[in-house]
Amino acid sequence: MTDKFAPVDKILKEHDCNPAQLIPILQQVQDLYRYLPEDVMRHIADKLEIPPARVFGVATFFAHFAITPKGKHIIRVCNGTACHVKGSSFVINTVKDKLKLKDGQDTTADGLFTLECVSCLGACGLAPVMVIDDVVHGQITPAQAVKLIDEIAAAEAKNA
Amino acid sequence: MENKEQGFVTIEGKRVPIQGEKNLLELIRKAGFNIVTFCYHPELAVYGACRLCLVEIEGMGILASCTVTPKDGMKVRVNSDEIRKLRRINLELLLSSGNHDCTLCSKSNNCKLQKLAKDMDVTEIRFKSKKLDSHKDATSAALVRDHSKCILCGNCVRICNEVQGIGAIDFAFRGFKSKIATAFNKELGESHECVSCGQCARVCPTGALMPNSSEIEEVFKAINDPKKKVAVHIAPAVRVGLGEIFGLPAGEPIDGKIATALRMLGFDYVYDTAFAADLTIVEEATEFLERFKKGTNLPQLTSCCPAWVNYVEKFAPEFIPNLSTARSPMQMMGPILKADFEDKGGKREDLVVVAVMPCSAKKTEAKRGEFYVDGNPDTDYVVTTVGLARMIKEAGIDFVNLENEWFDMPFGTKTGAGVIFGASGGVMEAALRYAVAELDPENARSVKFSSLRESKVFKEKTVVIGDTKIRCAVVSGLKNARKLLDDIKAGKNDYDFIEVMSCQGGCVAGAGQPQFEGWALRKTRAEGLYKEDTELAYKSQDNSGVQALYGRILDKVGGPVAHKLLHTHYKSKKYQD
Repeated sequence: MTDKFAPVDKILKEHDCNPAQLIPILQQVQDLYRYLPEDVMRHIADKLEIPPARVFGVATFFAHFAITPKGKHIIRVCNGTACHVKGSSFVINTVKDKLKLKDGQDTTADGLFTLECVSCLGACGLAPVMVIDDVVHGQITPAQAVKLIDEIAAAEAKNA
Repeated sequence: MENKEQGFVTIEGKRVPIQGEKNLLELIRKAGFNIVTFCYHPELAVYGACRLCLVEIEGMGILASCTVTPKDGMKVRVNSDEIRKLRRINLELLLSSGNHDCTLCSKSNNCKLQKLAKDMDVTEIRFKSKKLDSHKDATSAALVRDHSKCILCGNCVRICNEVQGIGAIDFAFRGFKSKIATAFNKELGESHECVSCGQCARVCPTGALMPNSSEIEEVFKAINDPKKKVAVHIAPAVRVGLGEIFGLPAGEPIDGKIATALRMLGFDYVYDTAFAADLTIVEEATEFLERFKKGTNLPQLTSCCPAWVNYVEKFAPEFIPNLSTARSPMQMMGPILKADFEDKGGKREDLVVVAVMPCSAKKTEAKRGEFYVDGNPDTDYVVTTVGLARMIKEAGIDFVNLENEWFDMPFGTKTGAGVIFGASGGVMEAALRYAVAELDPENARSVKFSSLRESKVFKEKTVVIGDTKIRCAVVSGLKNARKLLDDIKAGKNDYDFIEVMSCQGGCVAGAGQPQFEGWALRKTRAEGLYKEDTELAYKSQDNSGVQALYGRILDKVGGPVAHKLLHTHYKSKKYQD
């Protein structure tokens, strides 16, 4: 039972179980699980000696944190002013269709992809911008976006 | 006393001396400007969210007065054109989001939002309403949450954290989706942390958080069912709270009017929970004296506060052996009434027992599995003080002008010791009155308990009889109780007997009572109980009804029958991964 949270405990120890470090702790834990599972948040609350409702409050306040599992690959499409003017909406809609995401859904049924529309990636010169798993793709077109997704899906199929 | 060094603030041209006020809002109120606010609560930390206490300070601009420290020479406007405009906009913004349909709200007439809208004569809202979370959470037996009426003032979050030390609820999500949520957005009934004390509802300025009143309908149905007999009993704190709703002076015990009203409502038997409080003392103090002699499971912790019992089971199960196994008065009354009804040839399920309590947690206590016999509960329904007022109003009873009647016998007899249960320190005093009389019958009234009657959250009393010393503590508010438990674990104190009440000041300040702020009313209500005490017998063992009950049904104090009917057990409900 204690083993289950061993990697979380390691992170907590790095931060001396300091409740003021809650956000960095949650960031690291999310990297581990790709989201913040309920039992993990409860465990963190227990170790930091703060109420689980507070951990949940912080986790739901910041868009960066997810309380439902994110996909293995994170696709971020910028919809900031510059990207929007340069047609990022077309990219977003195409990706949504490609991944068969319904309204309000951001992760594919197979758990491979999560699509996030973000407000600015700070790379306006490259608009419209798409980032897949922290790799930046500038001046992206809907067709290129589909191609990139196909490549990842193919690689995943091969590995599986 | 005026402290000249602190100086003066000029408020709307009026010079007001600073006398240790923590913030400008308090000074403004002292000056006679009773600005209505939502997030400012004298018992809680300053939050500054509702923006209704905005004032204009010369040279400083417009600020929320609750967040400003008063300084000598400040010139303050509270009703300038700019301030009036801003206050109105802020109020309209609050009204624009959510459902504020006053005629269909149980909080109507007692709602700060409604009061302010009326005071400011807001007749239209210029902002487009955004449909909000209309989900109503009635899963908890104790409390109902209606997010559509929440203005996010955060009072509930702060009292749960700051005063109760629990943090069962907090702000969650963001922007228009912001809401007060339990951990992981569970329904309140499924929250692991909530102990149902209801103090959140006591500080809620709107109808977003209220004690669950769904049982009132069932009580009316039972009264109107010809096959059922319905018994009702009222807790001590109810008699010093209910009158306020009808404009009667606070703290005046009105047992007589309540008894009359209950009969007019159609209850068959009208009893006093204070009878059962005497019974609780007889069992609990006997249990204490046994433990004290043997030196086991000390300090004994009182167990009549259901939110406290919930707290121990959920957060401090290591102290379960210390809890008194004696049931609370409410849970002694139920089985006694049903046993007596059966003894007289009736069937258990044909007697419906209704408890009128100042409390929301009592509703969860009645539903504990231990308190059912073959699917029939010892206490069928729990109605709050405010709930009883609603029943009286709905029935059209002219409460203020009622004559005094008296409770039915034998379960309407009581002593002063049973009545003072409603105030923090009262249970301890009642238990000590019993214990002193047992240990030193000749000097039964020699011990004075003034230290236990103070308006404090932590009180101590050491009773010395010969070379015996009983060290007692009284604590109210769960955060204070937590600290006491931590000190016990750390070996920092060596009390023998501890009374714990979840609500600061005891049951008079429970969530089922008329809503209030501050300590003055707690004190007034408690004084009402101590006043009634002076007119009654001193100690619980003198309750003739209780004595007769032992002869007729219960047999020996602490004996097997008494144990079956009057004691209970607890189990750890600590969260397990």
